[in-house]
Amino acid sequence: MAGLATGLRRVGTLRDGAAGRAGEVVFGSRRPPIGLLSLGVLAAVAAALPAIYLVVVVAGEASSAWETISDSRTLGLTLRTLALTAAVTSTAIAIGLPLAWLTTRTDLPARRIWATLTALPLVIPSYIGAYLLVSALGPTGLAADALGVDRLPSIYGFFGAWLTLSLFTYPLVLLSVRAALVRLDPQLEDAARSMGRSRRETFSSVILPQLAPAIGAGALLVALYVISDFGAVSIMRFDSFTREIYLTWQSSFDRTGAAALGLLLVLLSLALLAAYSWVRGSFNYHRSGPGTARPSAIVPLGRWRRPALAFCGFVTLIALVLPVGVLIYWAVQGIGEIDGRALASHAGNSLAAAGGAAAVAALLAVVIAILAVRFPGPLTRVVERLGFAGYALPGIVVALALVFFGTRVALPLYQTLAMLVFALTIHYLPLAVGAVSSSLLQVPPRIEEAARGMGRRPLNVFRTVTTPLVAGGIAAGAALVFLHALKELPATLLLAPIGFETLAIDIWRQTTLGFFEASAIPSLLLLVVAAPPLWWLTGRGEPSA
Amino acid sequence: MNTPRITSPRFQRRARLGATAIAVAVAALLLAACGSGSDEGGGEAGEPETEGITVYSGRIAPLIGPAIDLYEADVDRDVQVRFGDSAPLAATILEEGDNSPADVFYAQDAGSLGALEDQGMLAPLPKRILREVPPRFRSDDGRWVGITGRSRIIAYNPDAVEASELPDSPLELTGPEWEGRVGWAPSNASLQAYVTALRATEGEEVAREWLEGMVANSTQSYASNVPVRDAIASGEIDVGLINHYYVAEAKSEQGPDYPVDVFFPPDDLGSLINVAGAGVLESSDRKQEGFEFIRFMLSEPVQDYFVESSREYPLAPGIDPPADVVPLNQIPAPEIDLSEISDLEGTLQLLQESGAL
Repeated sequence: MAGLATGLRRVGTLRDGAAGRAGEVVFGSRRPPIGLLSLGVLAAVAAALPAIYLVVVVAGEASSAWETISDSRTLGLTLRTLALTAAVTSTAIAIGLPLAWLTTRTDLPARRIWATLTALPLVIPSYIGAYLLVSALGPTGLAADALGVDRLPSIYGFFGAWLTLSLFTYPLVLLSVRAALVRLDPQLEDAARSMGRSRRETFSSVILPQLAPAIGAGALLVALYVISDFGAVSIMRFDSFTREIYLTWQSSFDRTGAAALGLLLVLLSLALLAAYSWVRGSFNYHRSGPGTARPSAIVPLGRWRRPALAFCGFVTLIALVLPVGVLIYWAVQGIGEIDGRALASHAGNSLAAAGGAAAVAALLAVVIAILAVRFPGPLTRVVERLGFAGYALPGIVVALALVFFGTRVALPLYQTLAMLVFALTIHYLPLAVGAVSSSLLQVPPRIEEAARGMGRRPLNVFRTVTTPLVAGGIAAGAALVFLHALKELPATLLLAPIGFETLAIDIWRQTTLGFFEASAIPSLLLLVVAAPPLWWLTGRGEPSA
Repeated sequence: MNTPRITSPRFQRRARLGATAIAVAVAALLLAACGSGSDEGGGEAGEPETEGITVYSGRIAPLIGPAIDLYEADVDRDVQVRFGDSAPLAATILEEGDNSPADVFYAQDAGSLGALEDQGMLAPLPKRILREVPPRFRSDDGRWVGITGRSRIIAYNPDAVEASELPDSPLELTGPEWEGRVGWAPSNASLQAYVTALRATEGEEVAREWLEGMVANSTQSYASNVPVRDAIASGEIDVGLINHYYVAEAKSEQGPDYPVDVFFPPDDLGSLINVAGAGVLESSDRKQEGFEFIRFMLSEPVQDYFVESSREYPLAPGIDPPADVVPLNQIPAPEIDLSEISDLEGTLQLLQESGAL
């Protein structure tokens, strides 16, 4: 995540100074090795399969597709979705940015604990989060009971969708900005301070501009998450794009209409991507020479300590303690009916699917990142952009596309674990690409060049020199994919082998039946499985850890 | 950027940590894969029967699992079941086309079955199966049959509403006395089937007026029937339009004091009977077994099981309905053919235009 910021502004960085030109020397020419390139193109095509599927379906019945798109309702739908996206994204920044600063640069007590606690809501799936919020803050929820009132104002609609998505996506901004803050060169701040700027001025004139790409990258992920989310908007009954796609397709089996809306959604996300790279282009902060790697000075909070703690506490309370508390409350009620064996097997299956996707995505991300970072050019840029196609689409579209291709092209693989892993991989690939790219960027091509100068072959150089240096980025990418794949629902439902039950499927089944006691335990287990990689992710790059 | 960091011990420690994390993830994957593999192997070793048919089930596992167990014991074969919601499963079968692994589609509503039938994906059922089920509960073309039936009802909270206050027709829920007190699930197939039936019998205008009236009356929308029922129980709303067995289920689980009761409105299709049913896929190469499966679902032990467990109406002749619901023949059900209420697309459009969806 962190990586996305730096990952996406790589070109300017690399071209700067001798190190950049060295990039061309490493592999002897600007042309990537054919093996690497074909692997990258293959990965990009795979990632673009869902979009290709949509084009195939829409092209099949172009006039009926156009009818859907030109329908006046579609415009309203687009505007509603954009309004929600804008509201959630700005809220996520408003929460994530201060938290990132507090947990990296200040003497906030128990910083490391807060860092993990405030990132943890990321692993609460939006469908669980929305349900928990309704049960806690709904018209006759727990809060109404606690306050002793008959009913609270309705939480449904825009407000509920905004609240849910903001609470469970702000960690995307938090993680991105945190990583950037940790990497920032303290020299600039020191210079500003020594020239008499106050801390506040330094923050707004030196630190904040440098953080812009990271904020943008986090915001981009939040925005993409919002436009492709289905769980929260359907429970909160907010008519967004994904809900409309789902309803169109499920109520009338109107494949063309749903696909046309899906294509619009892809265009929307491409527009977001374009807007992001345009914004990013206007910020170009990097060092031309090597800097120092010493940690930044810690800002004493002084009298702001209490408000800061209150802020962290409040966010943790409503985004983590409240939902998890409700979960535990239910879990205790349902504890007698646990089927331990089934639960263990579901957890094992979740690990297998998410772990597999994480491993494959990390490998493909390395390929794509090398191509994009070391061999920038039109073709590799297309490869990288295509990699995003699967992330912007709702899981259900990805799943249906793979049902379509699976039964026509790869029948022996259909409804196997391999197919499920493949689906999860292409769905979340960009998360890994971002992380790997950014750490690859921090490896000066000079090092590779030196190894090459000693007669090593390019692939050998990459294996023995570069890989160990970017291992952290690869692992971060894998961890992010793992966390997302763990809670993915629609693709898992449609593509898992028959009888292959995961925690997410279990949770979905129990909640559709209204058995919240029974769904609470797998939900908690999901959080437990997700916590260690998240702990590791939040600690990554921590100056004093 | 930050060049020296990569050679610092801290960075390398992190890198090693990262590499270890990947190794652990891969190892976990392999272990889990082996684990689930050996589970399957163990199951197969214990039951040396040949592999049976594959059923795509829009009905949930706790409900039809025991019925399938009965069938497996009877034919001594395993059945593979893929669970999901009816409509997504139907759409999945449509995507899968001729290569669908499914032999039987067991749907929660006639609409999904109708969609597959319309696309020519269901095989004609033998007469001996069709004979079992009254014509109004099966397809005209004889490609699917209903297995159990359910009635639309008005569910209400007896603490908030007297039974005598309830209207004889759902159409009256647009009155000012019901403003903000009613819940429904417009995205649910059962409500959509009701709207389709209303359009077919009373005409497009009546249906439109009703929907617009409901929306204008601040009717609360929910994602499905269960949350509507729960909202009635919690007092969030006073009445709701759902199916009869949701209430029966909750009462049998939570006791007779569960604060939701059932009213069968006699007018305007208020107690419309819809079915859960099944068909055999044209693409299946095990059609005979598929037919046998459906026949078995209509046999006495299975029909009795459904009556007992989910309080649904048995559709095969000679089976007693659940004791605690109004018998099928006493429900003022309209003589409407379920095959005729397949125009979901028109209904969806109407729901959207009226703002219900």
